[in-house]
Order: sequence, then structure tokens, then C-alpha cells
Amino acid sequence: MSNKLIEIKDLSASIDGKQILKGINLTVNEGEVHAIMGPNGSGKSTLGYVLSGRDGYDVDGGSVSYAGNDLIDMAPEERAREGLFLAFQYPVEIPGVNNTYFLRAAFNELRKHRGEEEMDAVDFLGVVKEKMKLLELPDGMMKRSVNEGFSGGEKKRNEIFQMAVLDPKLSVLDETDSGLDIDALKIVANGVNALRKPDNASIVITHYQRLLDYIVPDFVHVLSDGRIIKSGGKELALELEEKGYDWITNGEAVAA
Amino acid sequence: MPGVFVLQETPEQSDFMSEALETIEEFVQSDYKYGFVSDIETETVPPGLNEDVVRLISEKKGEPEFLLEWRLKAFRHWQKMTEPKWPNVEYPEVNFQDIIYYAAPKKKKELASLDEVDPELRATFDKLGISLDEQKRLTGVAVDAVVDSVSVATTFRKELEKQGIIFCSFSEAVKDHPDLIQKHLGSVVPITDNFYAALNSAVFSDGSFCYIPKGVRCPMELSTYFRINAANTGQFERTLIVAEEGSYVSYLEGCTAPMRDENQLHAAVVEIVAMENAEVKYSTVQNWYPGDKNGKGGIYNFVTKRGICKGANSKISWTQVETGSAITWKYPSCILQGDNSIGEFYSVALTNNFQQADTGTKMVHIGKNTRSTIISKGISAGRGQNSYRGQVSIKKNAKNARNFSQCDSLLIGDRCGAHTFPYIDVQNTTGQVEHEASTSKVGEDQIFYLNQRGLETQDAVNMIVNGFCKEVFRELPMEFAVEAQKLLGVSLEGSVG
Repeated sequence: MSNKLIEIKDLSASIDGKQILKGINLTVNEGEVHAIMGPNGSGKSTLGYVLSGRDGYDVDGGSVSYAGNDLIDMAPEERAREGLFLAFQYPVEIPGVNNTYFLRAAFNELRKHRGEEEMDAVDFLGVVKEKMKLLELPDGMMKRSVNEGFSGGEKKRNEIFQMAVLDPKLSVLDETDSGLDIDALKIVANGVNALRKPDNASIVITHYQRLLDYIVPDFVHVLSDGRIIKSGGKELALELEEKGYDWITNGEAVAA
Repeated sequence: MPGVFVLQETPEQSDFMSEALETIEEFVQSDYKYGFVSDIETETVPPGLNEDVVRLISEKKGEPEFLLEWRLKAFRHWQKMTEPKWPNVEYPEVNFQDIIYYAAPKKKKELASLDEVDPELRATFDKLGISLDEQKRLTGVAVDAVVDSVSVATTFRKELEKQGIIFCSFSEAVKDHPDLIQKHLGSVVPITDNFYAALNSAVFSDGSFCYIPKGVRCPMELSTYFRINAANTGQFERTLIVAEEGSYVSYLEGCTAPMRDENQLHAAVVEIVAMENAEVKYSTVQNWYPGDKNGKGGIYNFVTKRGICKGANSKISWTQVETGSAITWKYPSCILQGDNSIGEFYSVALTNNFQQADTGTKMVHIGKNTRSTIISKGISAGRGQNSYRGQVSIKKNAKNARNFSQCDSLLIGDRCGAHTFPYIDVQNTTGQVEHEASTSKVGEDQIFYLNQRGLETQDAVNMIVNGFCKEVFRELPMEFAVEAQKLLGVSLEGSVG
């Protein structure tokens, strides 16, 4: 029997006093991949930011238990150190900060948190080289500044690459497919699939079914107006593709 | 006609952003860790300035006649001058009669060796992380330590002398090498140059002198460390560096001061002369006491630094990291007289709380094929005001002169300001001048991105700021670069909310 990794109960959250999430219930066990789908403005990205603890996203009610901890009480960096990883929809540029240097700093924060010794630059390069192959990253990318001057596709690949190096327990992928051409999409999906393990889990946020051809989810949830209004297996995604979101948001479906 | 461009930035924030920004601002409450006062017996003259004080200083130092005359000329000229009002800084008028113009750690007797340096002084420098003990120096850096305007110790002198390099206090140079002093003093910054340079010329009490003979590559970094200790004292030191034909030297300068409620004046002059094929690299980490977080106290840092590339193919490179002082007013400049000579200016200036900085450079192209590069990084936090002021001047005979300037400003929070005043004056049509400027903010989104990867906000801000300054830091000697990075971290440090 698999262990619960995250349990979201009746979670509501607002930005600037405007309620966006209106009672989310979701449990993700180790080894599972959950897809969150939904129309624009349904609260998908907000869910990602609330789980990762972004400033300005206020939790108004409900609870989130993550690996036995109360997630809401934790600072964003503590969540990260506890293995929660958000692959950003729009990764930011940090000019002048070397990609490898940045990633090693992050990597060592996680190690310190686990009571392990920090890894030196030489050993870390070994880790990096191995993971780079997985994402088919060009060598030069690690010598550049974090996301600076990267194309949209490179930024997304860099996110998954960071995920590969940091080896999180729970990954939240926020529209990682947006802006990717089909080749880049395959590379990213292959990377995510290769990182799947029995003791980790992913929440894949996407607007389109396309990504789910490559990252096959165990469960699909439909988010609309801040609530999960329907849950099902991977076939639900196909059904959505065919019939559009109107099919459910018009009130036919009932939350699972 | 010089062109003037003014960029003024006080970004407006949505409510949503301002909350995040407050968190950022908590990190810009800095702690100054060099603010201690050492109990050192000091010899001072009474406050105030007149010809007698100038004579007294000269007499105390046993100076030759030419220098006294030079000082008096400067003083008489200074009396006719008025304080410049054009820098973009605000401060109450300085009363020059309240300042003590000479303070020196009392020497019991002439020192026969470094071992005889006052233990209290030695402890002061140990506290600052500077060992005056030659055996304990890890890397080859020779240090000249200056406390309250007087040089107290110079390390590694004998070793340098073997190669004909002179590295000593200014006073010693006046005694031992009067010809060199008379030849070069005031040759780059004349006594009439500006109000503070004239004042310095009249009352300077010490400083460093460095002479690299023809064809010699100085085997170690030369470093001057300035420390203000006494209260109500102005610090006026003078540095002169002469690099003869084909020589090379890398020179470092560091400075700190105790925390005091009143403002203290520091008005230094640095002159560099580079002959044919000579290269001088001058790096500064300026960390004078910046005042408290309410803007009380701090050093007024009004400094004139200038180098002349006298010979063909010579090069002068200024690198500065300015994190201290309540007010900084400083434009390390290059006069590119020799053909093919090169001038460089790399600067990081940080203003936090109520600090104000008006800093930049002047590149004067006189010779043919002269080139200059200006990279300026201004960081404003708290209510800090940071101005870049630069002048690129291409004279009539400067055929094929080139300049590239890049001025970047980084804002932390929404109460600080960044200003850019680039002046460009081109009198030769073959000249090429490029100017790039940018203004950006340490974004809440950048901090969150780094938080999400496991970094604390403070580390995140440091990483972002250090990334912003990278182009300048890589110009610094290795150990200095590390110190500069740490210093920026400390200057941006604060209580985590």
C-alpha cells in the first residue's frame, strides 16, 4: 500500500482579497501522477503557488498536510528543502548568476537540510553531466546565467533539469508544456518519465491534453472556478479534448 | 555641446507587490561591523584651519621648503573657492573650522621594525582582518596601514626594494625621494583642480607612495589600508603611484571607520602616472562607516582620483566597490594622453538606508587610438540615492578614439532612487562612443524563484546582487573579489522578519 504524500483538504485561497481557490480536496500518494486540467482562470497556477508558498497568495481556510508536516506553516524555502519542487510556467531570469553555481547552491541547501555534507564543485559537475544527458541539454547551457537569454523551450528544459538534479519528492509542473514544440515536449516528457519513482509523485498542471500523451497520469482532475469538479482516470483527459471544458463546466458533472 | 540624459526612477508598486517588497526591505538594514573605536594615544592639533595650521602640519612632518610652499599655494587658492553644489547629494553645510586637520597615533619612538608597532594598533588591524605580521600573510600582499591620516606600518618593504620598487608612506617618500615627489605631486591633480583637492593639497598629512621602475613587474599586490579612528578629525591622505616605462603594478585600497554620530570628512587625492607601455590597476573596496539606519553619522567621502596615461600603449584601470560612507562623491578618471592608451572604470556602488552616492568617471581622450571602457553598477536600497555621473570627452586630435559605457542600476524596494548623468563631448568625427543603460529591480519573482529552490531570502538577494555585479567583480584580484562579495552581503544584511 502506498503512502500519502500530500493531502489537501478544503483549501481556499485568495490574492489581494479576491478568492481564487474555493475548497480544493486532493490526495496524492507516492508513486502517482495527477493531472490538473481546466480552463484559463480556473485557479490551476494559483494552486501551484499556494502549495509552494508564494507571497501574496493567502490561505483562507482548509489544510495541507505534506509528508506529515503542516505545509501552510512552512516558509517557501523549507518546503523546497522538504522536497517540494515547482517547475515554473514562466521561469525568471537571474542575470549574472551562473546556472551551475545557482543549482549547486540549491542542491547543497537540500543536502544541508538532510544533514548531509555539502558537495564540492567537482563532484557536483559529475551529477550535472549525468542529468544533462537525460534532458539532452547542450553543454553551453550550464555556463550561462540562470535562464538569461534562454528561449522558451530552453527555460522549460532547464526547469526539468533542475528537477532532475534536486530529485524532489513532489513535483508540481505548472504548464510545462506551454510554448514547447513537439520535439521539446517529447524531451521534457521523457525526462519527467525517467524521474518517476515509487516514492515520488507529480502534479502536472496543464491546459491541453497533448502533454498527457507523453506523461501518462494515474488520475485526472478538472478544476473550474476554484474547485475540482470532476476526477477520473487518464481517459477523462481524452474526453475533455474531444468535448471541451464546457461539457463539464455547464453543470453536468459532479465533483468526485 | 555635451548631451545630458537624466533617468529618474521611483517605481510604483501595486499593493500586491508592496507586501513582498517590505520583506525585501527588511534585508537592507545593514549592520556595520567595523564600527569599534580603538584606544590609541593620539596627537592632534586644535580644530580649525588657517595658514598657521598648514605650516604646523608641514613642520610636524619635517617637510622641505618646496612642499610647504606648495601647501600654502593650495591653501590660498582654496580660500577663494566654494564648495561644489552640482553633485546630486544633499547634506548640511560643512563647517571647515570645526574639523581637526591633523591627528596621528602617538609614536613613542622611531620604529626599528614592524614588531615595534603599538600592540593596540596591531590589534585594531587584526580585528579588521589585516595582519601587519609579514610571516602571517598568506598571499603576497604588501600592506601600508594608515590610521588617522598617518602611515603606521608598511610590510614587505625590503623584498620590494630588491627590485627597485618603492612602497612607503608619503611622509617617508618626501624625506627619502624628494625629487620624485616634487616631479610628480600635483602633476595629475593640480592644486587648483577642485575645492576638495585644493583642501587636501593644503593639509594632507600622509598617504602612500609607490614607484615601479622601468621594466619591473611588481611581484605582489600593493595595498593601502585606511582607518579613521580619532573623533572630529578629517582624513586627508594623498596617494601617488608612478609606473615607469613598461612596468606593472596592481594596487588595492581598503578603508573603514568607527561608528560615530557626527559626520566625518574624508577628502583624499590619488594620482597615477603611467609611462609608455606601463599598466596600473587600482582597486578599491570602500567601506567607510555609512551612518546608522536613520541617516545619522557616517563619513563624507569627497575624493579626487585621477590617472594619466602619459606614454603610448599605457593602461590605467580603476575598479571600485563602494559600499560605505554617508555621502560619496568620487570620479576616478583617466587622461588618455599617450597614443593607443587604455582607460577602464569598473564600479559597484551600493547605497542603503540614507546613503547618497554621486560617482562615476571621466575619460579624456587626447591621443590617437585611445580606448576607454566604463562599466558602472549602481545598487540602491532603503532610501539610498545613487547617481552615476560620467564624462567621455574626445579631443580634437584623438583620432579613432573609442569608448564603451554601460550603466546599470538595480533597485531594491520602492523608496530608493537611481539617476544617470552621462556627458559626452566629441570633437573628432572619427571617434566612436557607445552608451548603454538599464534600470532593473530585484524582483519578488526572482526571490521567490530562489526560495523555491531552497535558498533563504537573504541568500537569494545576495545572489541576485552579486550576479548583477559580476562584470565588475571579475576585474578585482581574487581575494578582494571574495571580500567584496561578502561585503555586499553584509551591507544588505538585516533581521529576517
